[in-house]
Amino acid sequence: MQRILTGTKPMRVEKILIAWMLGWQLLFASSAYALVPTDMVILASDDNDQRIATLSTIVKTGDAEAIPFLEKLLDGSVSLAGTQVLIVDEDGAATDALTGKLIDLPFDAEDVVNNNRMRGQLEATIAALNLRSTDVAIRLQAAQTLRESDVYESALPLVRQAEAIEKDKEIIALLVKIRSGIELSSSDKALRMKAAKELASSTSTEMKQLLASRMEEGGETDLEVCKAISASMLAIDNRLSYYEYAGTIFTGLSLASVLLLAALGLAITYGLMGVINMAHGEMMMLGAYATYIVQNLFRDYLPGWFDAYILVAIPVAFMVTALIGMVMERTVIRHLYGRPLETLLATWGISLVLMQSVRSLFGAQNVQVENPSWMSGGIEIASNLVLPYNRIAIILFSLSVLLLVWAVLNKTRLGLFVRAVTQNRSMAGCVGVNTARVDAWAFGLGSGIAGLAGVALAQIGNVGPDLGKTYIVDSFMVVVVGGVGQLAGAVYAALGLGIASKFLEGFSGAVLAKIIVLVIIIIFIQKRPQGIFALKGRSVD
Amino acid sequence: MTSAYKPFLLRMMGSSQWLGYAVAIVFLCVLIPLLNLAVPTGNILHVSDYTVSLSGKILCYAMVALAMDLIWGYTGILSLGHGLFFALGGYAFGMYLMRQIGTDGVYHSNLPDFMVFLDWKAYPWYWVGTEHFIVAMLLVVLVPGVLAFVFGWFAFRSRIKGVYFSIITQAMTYAFMLLFFRNETGFGGNNGFTDFKRLLGVPIATSEMRVLLFALSGLTLLAMLWMSRRIVESKFGRVLTAIRDAESRVMFSGYNPLHYKLAIWTLSAMMCGVAGALYVPQVGIINPSEMSTANSIEIAIWAAVGGRGTLVGPILGAGFVVGAKSWFTGSFPEYWLYFLGLLFIVSTIYLPNGVMGLAKKLMEKRS
Repeated sequence: MQRILTGTKPMRVEKILIAWMLGWQLLFASSAYALVPTDMVILASDDNDQRIATLSTIVKTGDAEAIPFLEKLLDGSVSLAGTQVLIVDEDGAATDALTGKLIDLPFDAEDVVNNNRMRGQLEATIAALNLRSTDVAIRLQAAQTLRESDVYESALPLVRQAEAIEKDKEIIALLVKIRSGIELSSSDKALRMKAAKELASSTSTEMKQLLASRMEEGGETDLEVCKAISASMLAIDNRLSYYEYAGTIFTGLSLASVLLLAALGLAITYGLMGVINMAHGEMMMLGAYATYIVQNLFRDYLPGWFDAYILVAIPVAFMVTALIGMVMERTVIRHLYGRPLETLLATWGISLVLMQSVRSLFGAQNVQVENPSWMSGGIEIASNLVLPYNRIAIILFSLSVLLLVWAVLNKTRLGLFVRAVTQNRSMAGCVGVNTARVDAWAFGLGSGIAGLAGVALAQIGNVGPDLGKTYIVDSFMVVVVGGVGQLAGAVYAALGLGIASKFLEGFSGAVLAKIIVLVIIIIFIQKRPQGIFALKGRSVD
Repeated sequence: MTSAYKPFLLRMMGSSQWLGYAVAIVFLCVLIPLLNLAVPTGNILHVSDYTVSLSGKILCYAMVALAMDLIWGYTGILSLGHGLFFALGGYAFGMYLMRQIGTDGVYHSNLPDFMVFLDWKAYPWYWVGTEHFIVAMLLVVLVPGVLAFVFGWFAFRSRIKGVYFSIITQAMTYAFMLLFFRNETGFGGNNGFTDFKRLLGVPIATSEMRVLLFALSGLTLLAMLWMSRRIVESKFGRVLTAIRDAESRVMFSGYNPLHYKLAIWTLSAMMCGVAGALYVPQVGIINPSEMSTANSIEIAIWAAVGGRGTLVGPILGAGFVVGAKSWFTGSFPEYWLYFLGLLFIVSTIYLPNGVMGLAKKLMEKRS
């Protein structure tokens, strides 16, 4: 106590003295740095409490013109010689901060030293003042700095004012966080109450942490405010768990859309034609590699159009895989109709050959496929729920592919023939359908859709020679659960499997979730051996 | 179909059948061990350690191929889960071998190194009793057997067949592989079991042990071949063949295919388990990659290349494909998958009855 009294009293005397000395100086010279000269001297002094108090007043006035001096102070180029504040640049040339005149460095000049606390306070002050800058980037950076530092209450008017006129959403969000932080630790109880109640409508984990830290030892002491804070924390918790639930459904949907893409082609080759195509996964892999090639061509020859490469990759992938599929059907599968087990083995052989070819051509390492720029980022709905654009794009893409397949099967002549051959091959042949050609076209269509799935997979995962093998078991499960001969079955099965596995993953981890799903499938097949939708008919094996 | 094979089968097994078994036994138990142990290295007749261990491996694979022939060749059920049963047998016996390491591991603990690494203090409950050889041998047949029985009961009861069954067994294999890859499952995760030291208290990495295991595998294979021959020639075997050719007619004749399928399916799985148990001490490692779906499909191609429904054919097929694999991966590793892939395609399209079928055709032409 004694020390503080003796420490501060002379300081006050000194301050008056300095003011008096500088007072008449001011009559003759205007300051090079727009600051009250007394403040400047105090800021350059070595009494940190005084300095911080001064910074607090500067923030209150919101004088942006103080920034240059504060920055000089921060980077350590300010010296003090008695009551003369000097700016010393790198070459050692000294300028009087008040007059802006070059002078010789006095022998008693001492560098102003900032400890960490002071440094933080200076940064925060500069940031607070910068909130009024006209440059969005500076304002954003200022808000981010403020978010991470301890701000004193005097900055509140400045923050409020900035929040009121700010247009940029990101900065507003930061400002709200800063303001809540200040208000919550305010000395005014009404303000704390208001902040605690306001935060109840927040959706961010950060805000919850803010509230929680206020509830810790040495934080909030008022009982009423404590109650308000815990009520708000509960409200945030509830909302967060709701968003988490929504997030699980979204990732489930996204997995379902990938499964659906992978299974749609199978629904045609297996579901309609009865051909087990173990090389289906490799068709997806080829589609992904086609995307990779198109992407590289765009990067090399049309860099300006890079974002549009995906529009070219889609038809290219479809054509390449459809063509390979048709060749496969003509050369191998045609000989094996009616012998499904042998088809399984032969197509497995094809898959090995395709995999090894890709390995020889592109190497065994994964290749890089870049998202177009419009696909990166996402919609942030809450701090724990971000919907990435690429996932949304894939959901929409799989829906449009589904629509396309449905249209081809139900609205075109080819689809009519495919359905006819499915229902009764010999009768279709009798009325003039070229069944062999229909087989080739249908197989090409199924493979082409696998290629489209490959384009989508290239946007969200690794592209390597083993890409197909990761999806083949899952996509066969979709077809098995969905039932043969129906698109609707595949859609429901993909949705069910996708969402179920994501929910189970939350409880039990990815591997156990997969195992549980497989067990569920086996039990399900007990009840409905023909899948969700059984093809009604009299066919007997 | 079997009746069509009769002249051929008779030739294979008639009076010369016992002679064939005898020759094979002498070859396995006397000739190869002598050539490996007694003939000095460098002599043209010397059989190298590498050849012995490769042949021992092939003998184990041949047992799996034989088991595959019983279920696929004779009953018409293509299993893509035989690699799993094989690996489970291997793991069951591997548990015993891990216990035999005792405190000689890196951490000198009573527990295997991977458990020390996981900071486990005691063996989990499913390791109970595995320090006894008898228990381990029981587990070798019981684990695959019980799994196959339960799975088969559910699958056959709801009359899942054809490719449906194949795909479901593949999914099961895949699920088990994922399970065994986890460290927390308690089977060594990624690395599996390795670094075995002893078997029944005798050091495992000696020439004598290698030859002994080789001969044991050969005798087991012969015993399995003899047993399979008895099965397919019995009334039970005839019903299996009938199920393969026309299941509904078998049902209409008053048989319940469920029991027949379940019996042969479980037996087949147990045979794989035994093969796995003989395989692990010979190669000195078992890890979850043995359960990969690709391995199980490869088993099918051994049977297909050799000739389904001939018993001897799949054994030859396993020898041919595995031999080719070790040659290719040694000399032209990048061409192995091309060769295997083409083998799948060519054998299914042009060799529906495998090499044995081809041989039979050639013999018929000559006569």
